[in-house]
Amino acid sequence: MTSMTGTAARMMSGFGNTSLGRAFGSILGKVAGGFLVLLLLTAIFAPWITPFDYAAQNLMNGNQPPGWPHLLGTDQFGRDVLSRVIYGARTSLSVSATAIAISITVGMTLGAAAGYFGGLFERCVMTVVDLTWSFPDILIALIFVAIIGPGLTSTTFAIAIAYLAQFTRLTRAQIVRLKRETFIEATINLGAKPHHILLRHLLPNAIAPVIVVGMLAIGDGIVLEATLGFFGLGAQPPTPSWGAMMSSGTAQLFLSPWVIIFPGVVVAVTVIMVNLFGDELIRALDIRDRIRGA
Amino acid sequence: MLLRYVFFRVLMLIPVSISISVVIFAIVHLLPGDPVDNLLRVGSSPADRAALVAKYGLDQPLVVQYVRWVLAMFQGDFGEAIVLRRPVADLIRDNLPYSLRLGAAAFAFSSIVGIALGTVSATTRNAVVEQFVRGFILLGSTVPGFWLALLLILAFAVQLQWFPVSGAKGWDALVLPVLTIGFGGVALVARVTRVALMDARREDFVTLLHAKGLPANTILFRHLMPHAMLPVVTILALRIGWILGGAVTVEFVFGRPGLGSLLIRALGQRDYPVVQGCLLMLALAVMLGTLIGDVAQAAMDPRVREAKT
Amino acid sequence: MTVLSVRNLQVAFGAVAPLSGVSFDVAKGETLGIVGESGSGKSLTAMAVMGLLPLAGGRITAGSITFDGQELTTLTEKAYRRLRGGRIGLITQNPMTSLDPLQCIGPQVDAVAVLHLGMTAREARARTVEILGTLRIPDPATICDRYPHQMSGGMKQRIVIAMALAADPDVLVADEPTTALDVTVQAQIIRLLDDLVKSRDLALILITHDMSVVAQTCDRVVVMYAGRAVEQGPVGDIFDAPQHPYTQALIGCIPRGLDDGARLTGIAGTVPTVLNYPPGCPFHPRCDRAEEVCASIVPELEPNATGAVACHLPGVAP
Repeated sequence: MTSMTGTAARMMSGFGNTSLGRAFGSILGKVAGGFLVLLLLTAIFAPWITPFDYAAQNLMNGNQPPGWPHLLGTDQFGRDVLSRVIYGARTSLSVSATAIAISITVGMTLGAAAGYFGGLFERCVMTVVDLTWSFPDILIALIFVAIIGPGLTSTTFAIAIAYLAQFTRLTRAQIVRLKRETFIEATINLGAKPHHILLRHLLPNAIAPVIVVGMLAIGDGIVLEATLGFFGLGAQPPTPSWGAMMSSGTAQLFLSPWVIIFPGVVVAVTVIMVNLFGDELIRALDIRDRIRGA
Repeated sequence: MLLRYVFFRVLMLIPVSISISVVIFAIVHLLPGDPVDNLLRVGSSPADRAALVAKYGLDQPLVVQYVRWVLAMFQGDFGEAIVLRRPVADLIRDNLPYSLRLGAAAFAFSSIVGIALGTVSATTRNAVVEQFVRGFILLGSTVPGFWLALLLILAFAVQLQWFPVSGAKGWDALVLPVLTIGFGGVALVARVTRVALMDARREDFVTLLHAKGLPANTILFRHLMPHAMLPVVTILALRIGWILGGAVTVEFVFGRPGLGSLLIRALGQRDYPVVQGCLLMLALAVMLGTLIGDVAQAAMDPRVREAKT
Repeated sequence: MTVLSVRNLQVAFGAVAPLSGVSFDVAKGETLGIVGESGSGKSLTAMAVMGLLPLAGGRITAGSITFDGQELTTLTEKAYRRLRGGRIGLITQNPMTSLDPLQCIGPQVDAVAVLHLGMTAREARARTVEILGTLRIPDPATICDRYPHQMSGGMKQRIVIAMALAADPDVLVADEPTTALDVTVQAQIIRLLDDLVKSRDLALILITHDMSVVAQTCDRVVVMYAGRAVEQGPVGDIFDAPQHPYTQALIGCIPRGLDDGARLTGIAGTVPTVLNYPPGCPFHPRCDRAEEVCASIVPELEPNATGAVACHLPGVAP
């Protein structure tokens, strides 16, 4: 018993010493982090916690205002808004997280290669990156989706492409900065192989800011996914997504505004919490300057 | 000195414009399928097809097509819209003024209110004011634009009926769209102003300004603000293209004509000459924005002026 | 005639007190050196005299600063502003970053005369050109239209000095004015300051970590360690017969040429930071003379024949 509590305590204190643990340290960090964990659990366990079938239509029961038993009301087809919002979390979170994961992977590879090898390759990569960087993310995503065609897969890739420039720039900036540091110069002078230096020394040191910016970008990705969904270019019916819900709700804006208001509130609150938690992470990792320098 | 800088900076636009035009040209030609099919309407006859091929010189090598395309644009010929059957240049000319009006109003609104809010939050010793501004900044940079637009319509157009729900007739139709774009813009500008002012206050030379006995207001407006404005001007200039392009959502929700809604419609109808034209205009705006930003930067900072020439 | 005197000055930043019990006087035509390692509280003393502690988040918790018979610690910010730059000038450490990089030199110097002497812009510019000339800056009229980044460090420091002199002050506080400069330029700036003290009858408070600068220019010296004045007195006496072991160690650090074969000595140990000031005499952990009493009781600054020393076991080195 005592040893178990001891182990638990050690694990807790171990967690408290990690940067993630430190981000949870402040009140803001606890609130934001707690919300995100809760949202994640809700998305994972959606089938068990939704009060109704998200796709069940009941035209007799359409456009019901919030109340009992439909806590957040129903849409024009009589579908339960709460259940659809809960299932929408699955779509939004998975699309955004997958997109950002792709974006980070490709962006880090491009950025690290550009920063490490320099030369013409770096010039070409950075010209394209700076070009996309100066265009609004929604435009880049829109053009991509319009070319490939609507749907969740193209939405995922559109988001990945919209934020590619950000991660390429950030990684390159980190690598260029690190390359000037003494310990890397020493490793190079000792004759280490390029891939060894890149994988063992440069990337591990460059990864923290990229992860944090990635975390913040998941928030932006959720907004972008919602916007594409709102344009009818994202999730196709009957897949529930926050953006698509609001899109179908516009027709009924004056009749049943709750169909639009609640998904929007959830998007806004989620993104705010992601930002708050990201800020706490930045503070815990003490990397504000490295992010701003890029 | 400044003129020299501007000259070299404009020269640098040439390679940028070439790469942008190549990318935009490529969008149509890299599309899956035959570009002719992309340019044809459904139900066209083989004769239409042959006419189109001949008209656009699509049987020529790509390089020739590109050069022709660019040369035509210099003569104001952006091609012809497939669906709307009008010259793209005319469509742009009809829509551009709406975008410019919206963009200019939103730009002015975000810069004036944003700089004011940022300054207040960086200089006030009142914790409540500071927290309020910080909360606003957080809200403004996270709330989805289209949702905000819908809420504004619900509140001010439907409930209070102060402003029209949609359209672009009269100045009152501009208020809600400007507020929507401005909300995010104000938050961004306020955040940059706030951080820049607090950074400027930590500069070494500020100690000496105080040691000279200058009043706090003189230090703020004569010395700190010019410094803080350097990053703010950069962001604002970048924002010029951003506002025109990002107005897509707002124009869509409010049913306003403009470059953004023209682009959205053209994308939906796969009307590629129009898409190309719109993208070119937006790219031009982005380029002009960065140019203005860099020149303003150089006008304000003697170090930049000399570094680049 | 004493123009500025500091008595038992204590400074706090929140709960930490990086400065306690500093006292000194400075008279017109006199140079007072304040010497110590970094972190000893020299610069804080300068900021306190300038009334600029609130900028850094600090405040004066006890003691007094009187200037020309006027108590400064209770002065309103508005009244203090009239003294700053007007009757007390400041020269800061790093000329590279001391000037506003976005403004020409001229207006930055002019502002002082406009503010404190009520001059018009034209009169102030004429005065600026004149002062720049007396500081041996070549072609002062053109310099006024130059930007800070176009000038060398030594030039910039002269501009900073010109700014401090523009309103004809009584007291000049120079906080490590030569630390950031090349050695040859250092000597020029020190000589310039020395001349100014004599020609303008200035009271100069020269803050430095360099004992040889003190030996060259100062009339009297305050030695500081860990936020306290440990010894003070006329320069001659301090150098000939230093009473405090720390002063002796500092003097031991000055290179004296090669003839006497003496070894250059360093001081063992490290300077305590504000957060870990030792109990008792702050120097006792590094002092080879230390006894039990040194570790428990803080020695008071006791006057002796010509100055004062804060040590339980004062005396010239054996």
